[in-house]
Amino acid sequence: MGNKGFKKWAAAGAMFFWSVAAWAEYKLNLQIPQTQLGEKIYDLHTIITVICFVIFVGVFGFMFYAVFKHRKSVGHKAAQFHENTAVEVAWTLIPAVILIALAVPATGTLITMRDTSEPDLTIKATGYQWKWGYDYLKGEGEGISFYSMLSTPRAQIDGSDVAGRNANPHYLLETDTHVVVPVGKKVRILTTAADVIHAWWVPALAVKQDAVPGFIRDTWFKAEKAGIYRGQCAELCGKEHGFMPIVVEVMEPAAYTAWVAAQQKKVAAAKVDPDKTWTLDELKEHGGKVYAQNCVACHQATGMGVPGAFPALSGSKVVTGPKAEQIKLVLNGKQGTAMNAFKHLSDVDLAAALTYTRNSWNNKTGEAVVPADVKALR
Amino acid sequence: MSAVHAPTHDHGHDDHHAHKPSGIMRWVASTNHKDIGTMYLWFSFAMFLVGGVMALIIRSELFQPGLQIVKPEFFNSMTTYHGLIMVFGAIMPAFVGFANWLIPMQIGAPDMAFPRMNNLSFWLLPPAALLLIAAQFAPGGGAGVGWTLYAPLSTQAGPAMDLTIFAIHILGMSSIMGSINIITTILNMRAPGMGLMKMPLFCWTWLITAYLLVAVMPVLAGAVTMTLTDRHFGTHFFNAAGGGDPVLYQHIFWFFGHPEVYIIAIPAFGVVSQVIPAFSRKPLFGYASMVYATASIAILSFMVWAHHMYTAGMPVEAQLYFMYATVLIAIPTGVKVFNWVATMWKGSLTFETPMLFALGFLFLFTLGGFTGLVLSIVPVDIQLHDTYYVVAHFHYVMVAGALFSAFAGIYFWLPKWTGRMYNETLGKWHFWLSLVFFNVTFFVQHFLGLAGMPRRIPDYSLQFAEFNMISSIGAFGFGLSQLLFLYIVIKCITSGEKAADRQWEGADSLEWTHLPSPAPWHSFETPPVVK
Repeated sequence: MGNKGFKKWAAAGAMFFWSVAAWAEYKLNLQIPQTQLGEKIYDLHTIITVICFVIFVGVFGFMFYAVFKHRKSVGHKAAQFHENTAVEVAWTLIPAVILIALAVPATGTLITMRDTSEPDLTIKATGYQWKWGYDYLKGEGEGISFYSMLSTPRAQIDGSDVAGRNANPHYLLETDTHVVVPVGKKVRILTTAADVIHAWWVPALAVKQDAVPGFIRDTWFKAEKAGIYRGQCAELCGKEHGFMPIVVEVMEPAAYTAWVAAQQKKVAAAKVDPDKTWTLDELKEHGGKVYAQNCVACHQATGMGVPGAFPALSGSKVVTGPKAEQIKLVLNGKQGTAMNAFKHLSDVDLAAALTYTRNSWNNKTGEAVVPADVKALR
Repeated sequence: MSAVHAPTHDHGHDDHHAHKPSGIMRWVASTNHKDIGTMYLWFSFAMFLVGGVMALIIRSELFQPGLQIVKPEFFNSMTTYHGLIMVFGAIMPAFVGFANWLIPMQIGAPDMAFPRMNNLSFWLLPPAALLLIAAQFAPGGGAGVGWTLYAPLSTQAGPAMDLTIFAIHILGMSSIMGSINIITTILNMRAPGMGLMKMPLFCWTWLITAYLLVAVMPVLAGAVTMTLTDRHFGTHFFNAAGGGDPVLYQHIFWFFGHPEVYIIAIPAFGVVSQVIPAFSRKPLFGYASMVYATASIAILSFMVWAHHMYTAGMPVEAQLYFMYATVLIAIPTGVKVFNWVATMWKGSLTFETPMLFALGFLFLFTLGGFTGLVLSIVPVDIQLHDTYYVVAHFHYVMVAGALFSAFAGIYFWLPKWTGRMYNETLGKWHFWLSLVFFNVTFFVQHFLGLAGMPRRIPDYSLQFAEFNMISSIGAFGFGLSQLLFLYIVIKCITSGEKAADRQWEGADSLEWTHLPSPAPWHSFETPPVVK
């Protein structure tokens, strides 16, 4: 290659680095870690990538040298050598040494990652199709429990509000309630699921753990800085898999204490008198909300379901038939279908949702399902 | 060999054996390894187009944020069947097609050991493909469970799942029969003097691959059968409420799934190991070490399955073991790459289309290998698992690896198969278009994964918009470039220039040195003597 050729390549190289710099605004690397462990992982990734890059350049440097210098068109005659024990031993042993050098720091980091002992706060995250439920099990805030659902409006997703979508910096990464945790405390997350496998993942906190139905797994993080960190379900869990984000809000200790107090007050205020007598309209109104949170993804707001996949409730024989059958179906689910058991909802919520389905769309039974009906069949 | 003049033929009388049946029956009833190889290759190309259309549906939906074109459940079905069809319908049958065409010619055998079983193992494929396609029209649409068919999502899917399970059973039977045939042929039918360590490397890679297939296809069949009985017969293998374990499915699946990666990659290594020496005009640098490296990779592939499951939950000791075992694979893989480069070193290189695809393979497959090394490190994998980084990684291995190698092989052997040459200029265009668009499609996906985009989602947040758009544009370019390939092949068959018997001066296996182009319908009826 002449001097001219070299200049051409240098110019191409400069163009490449210029374009990388111009792209700096795009995310080209892992998210900025917010935990010490996250930083270790970030560094580990950088080290491995750099090592791979250097080897890659070395090996293909040889290849491209051969491609340019040992080509027939420049008159190169083929040598007929093959097999060389020294070379072959070297290219087996050198990679082995590099790999051992990589495995050592990886082992240390992994052992720290998996040490979930002595947490300050333990939260159980339960995956549902398609939302997350959180129970604060131990530590400050014990007893707090809530669901967390996507709060991006449907209109932004289906394209009827494109302007809203483009103006939404947290499109698909926002939820109605946040998992609030204190800064600088070791938070242990237990994961499980009610139906299929989900995965609880917050990239900035460097945690990802599958949520397996019927089993408990755990992971932990200790956030170094207050802020809001966003993640998503990472394991395919059905049609709304892309729509069950996770939002973790890390607060200063004082703010966290205040949040806990407010939550506990809310819980006390929301406590429903179990002996309350509900009217049909009250049940239907509350039921509409429960339906919107739990049923609408499959059975749809119109009650028409998705033909072939999810049955319609409007005009359904089960919904307009005897109460007991419908209650049992919702409590236990239907094996082998996407209809899961909804035992985790309260008697009041279930009764209200069922009342709503029995008195909406084309269903006009005029019947109320009361909490006692559900309780009797549990 | 002509069978045209038979109007006065007495039909009560058997035709002469050398005559092949004409018309469709030539193909339906074929026991000829070359015809069956041809059918495998055309079948796999048809499936490649079907799976490709599915990929383009996926990339169309992901062109910009929001749900524009398809519903999420249909999107999930597309990701599922794109994977299944490309793996089981396109890539695997393509290499079986190569095996059928080449193994008998390269070892100096007249045909495969079990010609009728050979016919059956091909003809099982179309019904399986039909089942996979029919699944799209089952009530509720295709099963949107991912190609890995993880329980319990697969136990709650609609009837499409049952069609899919039966398709996998049939594909498995086909693969097992094909493998038995290949093993028997290689072990028993080599020409006198053709010792195992004298075989072309392509035969070696298929011998090893066939053993892998025989070992793991029954495991997959077991996994999907357990899913089937969980769905319909009240068992609880994967249901914790009945004492089962959903993660058990993953262990069984990946015990199949990891060797499967090498079932696809190893024959690709074989093709490249024929092409690179031919165009370097120099023998393979380390034949024996290539054979040992291939065997080591195959053996190691049985011991690393749980590296696909680092986030599923397992003891830290198990994670450490699987990490160490996985990084070990880098050593024999490195040996192979170094061998190919050393083969080129001080050669006399020319760059016809097969060589270009082989070099594209070498360069990009190695890149995919390196991202595999990154993913093998547990703490890093926990960040990258189930993201687009993984999607990019395995497409470098499957597309730039296996598919590019298949293209290299097809351009390399087309002259031998058809007796005609393809258009070299168009072939080079096909290579450069594929290379550029492949990287436009998949390189940016590394960035998406690093920044936190999960795989298998139909819609994404706005920070991922630019790279997704670039990736989608690349995918359409890549897809359209493959129509050029179809044109080149058809043009070669119908009106290509006459090819020489030894079209490539550096090619030295029996099919080039002992047989005319095109290779006659029956070859090596008397075995050649190999010195």
